[in-house]
Amino acid sequence: MRLAKATLIWAALAAAICVPIAAAAASPLLEWRGPVYILAGFAGIIALGLTLVQPLLIAGYLPGLSAYRGRRVHHWTGGALVAAVVVHVGGLWITSPPDMVDALLFVSPTPFSPFGVIAMWAIFAVALLALLRRRLGLRTWRIAHMSLAVVIVAGGVAHAMLVEGPMETISKAALCALVFGAAIKVMADLVRRMRATSRRESPARR
Amino acid sequence: MSTLVLSRRNILAAGGSVLAIGVSGLLLPARAQGLTPTESMAGGANNYRKGAAIVDRIGKGGFWMSGTVRRAGDGAPLAGQRIQIWAHTTEGQEHEPQSHGATLTDKNGSFRLEMPQIIPIFGQPHGHLAYDSGEFKTVFLRPVMRSAKDTSLEAHFVLQPA
Repeated sequence: MRLAKATLIWAALAAAICVPIAAAAASPLLEWRGPVYILAGFAGIIALGLTLVQPLLIAGYLPGLSAYRGRRVHHWTGGALVAAVVVHVGGLWITSPPDMVDALLFVSPTPFSPFGVIAMWAIFAVALLALLRRRLGLRTWRIAHMSLAVVIVAGGVAHAMLVEGPMETISKAALCALVFGAAIKVMADLVRRMRATSRRESPARR
Repeated sequence: MSTLVLSRRNILAAGGSVLAIGVSGLLLPARAQGLTPTESMAGGANNYRKGAAIVDRIGKGGFWMSGTVRRAGDGAPLAGQRIQIWAHTTEGQEHEPQSHGATLTDKNGSFRLEMPQIIPIFGQPHGHLAYDSGEFKTVFLRPVMRSAKDTSLEAHFVLQPA
């Protein structure tokens, strides 16, 4: 029974990420795109998928991964997310430098660009803060990471939903809904735990 | 009988137009009586190539880009004006030479150029047009298609003396 549940959770996660990738791979638009542009687009889809994996890993929702292993994998997946965003932005820059420059300078005519650029900076900021984690203290780090995670999820989802590209609409919307739902669930749980901890530590404040 | 299409883009466009008209009315009361000149659009000049040749058709065609060119103030149609057109199409990327071409307006100030099907690039199916002949102030337009399946697109220029 536990095995069945574990299998189901992993299969659902794999489907949530692989179905949109497969649907985008079948898009007729790819025929008229160069390899660099195609790579950049798929790096964006992978980045969206990793945004779903991240909260599940850190919250220990993925069966078979201990809390310690889950946290270690979360660090590596975070690194992969930074790499995916760099490939996404770099590939788009090579494809059309003026369009990418407009987006980075927030003067692009496309409504989705600022959301993506803000999410990108938030991802880079988390990566940087993660390297300085020990100096920040657990509480400061958690508040900073969670605030930036809200920006990453909201910005990334808005960016993806507004883009008209090779992603198929329904599988894209489903992945975005899961990214959003997972982030909200994990953050709500963490806030509840942090409140409980601070109440235990200082009962006088109650 | 025209059907009302309530898409996100239409609502955004309508809202934007209302805002633009409202704001320009407030900022430019002196010009309210005449036809105001078209402003260049954000990103309009991206992947522009100077001096594209006047052609009968860009590539194999199948998609129509059309529009009008008029004079600011009295709205008089401007004949013989060179309009340059480019886009990411089924036959090439935006920056590639074969994706660019130019045409001239007729005596009614209208232009119409056949080109390959435009496909979404950088998240939006859009075309680029430029007036850059010098007599009037240069204008770069970047119209967005209502649907990626559309087989035509329009853009209109109101030019002011350079």
